[in-house]
Amino acid sequence: MRVALQVTCLNDALFPHVGQAVVTLLRRLGVDVEFPEAQTCCGQPMVNTGYLDEAVPAVRSFVSAFSSYDAVVTPSGSCAGSARHQHGLVARRSGDAGLQAAVASLSPRVYELTEFLVDVLGVTDVGASYPHEVTYHPTCHSLRMLGVGDRPRRLLEEVRGLRLRELPYADQCCGFGGTFAVKNADTSIAMGADKVRHVRETGAEVLVAGDSSCLMHLGGLMERQRSGVRTMHLAEVLAAQE
Amino acid sequence: MQAPVGTTFVGMPAFPDAARDALGDPVLRHNLAHATGTIRDKRARVVAEVDDWEDLRVDGAAVKDTALADLGTHLLALESALTARGARVHWARDAAEANAIVAGIAKGHGVDEVVKVKSMATQEIGLNEALEAEGIAAWETDLAELIVQLGEDRPSHILVPAIHRNRAEIRAIFRDRMAAAGRPAPDDLTDEPAELAAAARLHLREKFLRARMAVSGANFAVADSGTLVVVESEGNGRMCLTLPEVLVSVVGIEKVVPTWDDLGTMLRLLPRSSTGERMNPYTSTWAGVTPGDGPQEMHVVLLDNGRTRALADEVGRQALRCIRCSACLNVCPVYERTGGHAYGSVYPGPIGAILNPLLQGPGSSAWVDSLPYASSLCGACYEVCPVRIDIPSVLVDLRAQVVDAKRIVPDVSAADSGVRPRQRPAAPSPQSLAMKGAAMTFASARRLGLAERFAGVGTSLARRLPWLPGVSAWAGARDLPQAPAESFRRWWRRTDGGRR
Amino acid sequence: MTSAREEILARVHAATAEAVAPERPALAPSGPVDVDLFAERVADYEAVVERCAPEEVTERVAARVAGLRVVVPDGLPFAVAGSVADDGLVAADLDALDGVVTTATVGIAETGTIVLDHGPGQGRRALTLVPDLHVCVVRADQVVADVPDAVRRLDPARAQTWISGPSATSDIELSRVEGVHGPRTLHVLLTR
Ligand code: SF4
Repeated sequence: MRVALQVTCLNDALFPHVGQAVVTLLRRLGVDVEFPEAQTCCGQPMVNTGYLDEAVPAVRSFVSAFSSYDAVVTPSGSCAGSARHQHGLVARRSGDAGLQAAVASLSPRVYELTEFLVDVLGVTDVGASYPHEVTYHPTCHSLRMLGVGDRPRRLLEEVRGLRLRELPYADQCCGFGGTFAVKNADTSIAMGADKVRHVRETGAEVLVAGDSSCLMHLGGLMERQRSGVRTMHLAEVLAAQE
Repeated sequence: MQAPVGTTFVGMPAFPDAARDALGDPVLRHNLAHATGTIRDKRARVVAEVDDWEDLRVDGAAVKDTALADLGTHLLALESALTARGARVHWARDAAEANAIVAGIAKGHGVDEVVKVKSMATQEIGLNEALEAEGIAAWETDLAELIVQLGEDRPSHILVPAIHRNRAEIRAIFRDRMAAAGRPAPDDLTDEPAELAAAARLHLREKFLRARMAVSGANFAVADSGTLVVVESEGNGRMCLTLPEVLVSVVGIEKVVPTWDDLGTMLRLLPRSSTGERMNPYTSTWAGVTPGDGPQEMHVVLLDNGRTRALADEVGRQALRCIRCSACLNVCPVYERTGGHAYGSVYPGPIGAILNPLLQGPGSSAWVDSLPYASSLCGACYEVCPVRIDIPSVLVDLRAQVVDAKRIVPDVSAADSGVRPRQRPAAPSPQSLAMKGAAMTFASARRLGLAERFAGVGTSLARRLPWLPGVSAWAGARDLPQAPAESFRRWWRRTDGGRR
Repeated sequence: MTSAREEILARVHAATAEAVAPERPALAPSGPVDVDLFAERVADYEAVVERCAPEEVTERVAARVAGLRVVVPDGLPFAVAGSVADDGLVAADLDALDGVVTTATVGIAETGTIVLDHGPGQGRRALTLVPDLHVCVVRADQVVADVPDAVRRLDPARAQTWISGPSATSDIELSRVEGVHGPRTLHVLLTR
């Protein structure tokens, strides 16, 4: 099985260690993951802001980078959701029948990391150990657009030494929302502030989530508050062997 | 505060500006968080009781889609069934026509006041203000509507229009304002909800006993039997539907369900989603005039007012399935923090963010165009919607329509000259420039690699994330992430994916 | 000039030219009728529920309305001593009375709902609305399992009132208060 990493534009530019963690994790599980260098962005930021035409080049690059792989793994519920649920829209808009066919065939092969681990590899114990107090925020797109359900939790529960603190109101949105974070900055920050308050109430040292975008937003708020709570991508926790 | 006129509150600012005021009001935020939290829990409990809830939602959506797919036929069936049972059916293209019909009936009977059942449609068309302009007083009789009306306030929730008010505020409104509208509040009124409700009972009873004409909406209009349905809690609806001599019901054309049996599904979905009860205290159904019982003259006004516009929108059409339960408001993290007024319409929250643009058309105003963006697309609304309206997808589609409306601006000067209007592109906004830049960058990995290289440590977030402009908006309350020494792409190449 | 009716219908037809009605899913049929559940669920709404044999109805009703001025509709299958008949009472007359005694058409177990179709024994709608007490006699064989069963039993051509507990509101901070405009007390006699 040829497996490709879709690292996401955000991780590529700002959080390369998340991509590195996925590579470490998958190699440990015997998957020789590749990084097709033709990849750019899934196009979601443009689609969700209403710029469908502007998303067409990104979707084209996505298709050309990944079509030859059996599985595409991405450490982002949001980007997996975009590939699975929005690329069809963009392809239709392009009027290019070839692109539509390519998208239809590729979309079902795109997996969010926890889906790939649990459903494709069939593992929940990934051999990680991370002896810390952790709380987990299920991001909206993984929770509701993809329906990853309890997969992240099952994976976290098998991490040695990890103590999972229950996050109150866990399923409430953190307020990132892509360009919502700047277009409606005040509301976004109000939502994030409440999420941070709940995170701090847990007493956890580390906030874990499956999307770097939400973590960037929450981490930015927590740093400004000097909260002392760190953010970590789920992939980093699953890759850890402390 | 400004009174609502028509669908929109006059001079409404775009959502972000309106939201800012609301976010700065701690009492409002407390009231909202408390109220939405309470109703969310109630709903979750009664929904969990129903084993086949998901199938029921699918069926609820199918009932409404069936009605919409052949709406013309169902409307004609409704009209003929109603007419056969002694009701008069009127059709109104827009708010002005509907208001004129209702005012005309009132004047025909020489009444100077009407009692009203809570109705979103009549709020949408600004009926109260239109009647007032004709010298006819329209008394709201739902408790929350009464609070809003006496407080000269605006509704902020579909089900509980005064959700933004706490008991102390309500007591003050009753004490200060009831006397001017009729029977005053008792002198020793406290802020106990039971006492406040009792004060409303006494205040309104004299109006119910005296009124000769009532105006209602309808939750459902059954096409095959000509039956109208009003779902309520307090009994004010029953009073209005039963005691006066003349009843006028203003019904949006999307309220149609094809058959009586369809209510079996709809009446299971609505109360649990709406008030979080197994069933609401009172549901009234009537099919035209019943001799010797209730109003002996009945009118039904079938209202378009943008609904056919929404119906023609392939993606947005599903918004017409809405049964106004308000579950989407109660779970919405944006609504919970901004409240309903920020949405600038009698339809706030997630449904308002799609319904207002669908009824009025993207591109029609800056306010309309801001609404589809008033969401983080978290999807909580879709999850609870009893008729499975995929609000996030409609929002995204409407955003595209907003952007597309700006891509091409019709040349107004040529519009009435008979020639096909020429079209010229609108001046690009910073956002559209950013998106065009992102499109260029993401078209090729080589370009993206270059962009990342030159966006060194400390450069703006915008350089690193071409799609996220507005660093100042970001950095107001959030630190920016530390820029890494090299991108993932560069690391992979330098180390052969960590193997070197 | 085209009429509003023609224009709206034309717009509707244009908008739905391509639309197709979806399939309806098969819903699970309701379970067996559970009369105990009905009693429980009615009581959940802060209504009073009393169970008795059919032959006890007259006596129980008399006990409940003793000393009160109550109105009774035509066709009530039992006598209520000292009651007022509904002959041309106006709303203000009803407002001066304490209560009303009726029968019902259907009871819904799942939701604790009573449905009146205002036939004989149930009276016109105002009777069960204006007075503050509603005593309602429901027979066990009138109880159905869930809402769809009730809908199928009811005649859409008749005006109906579905009653689930006494009048209530949650408009103040979403805390439920019983008793606004409709009867503040609902007393159900459920007969075997
Ligand atoms: S959109 Fe759905 S959840 Fe929202 S009010 Fe309408 S029916 Fe209820």
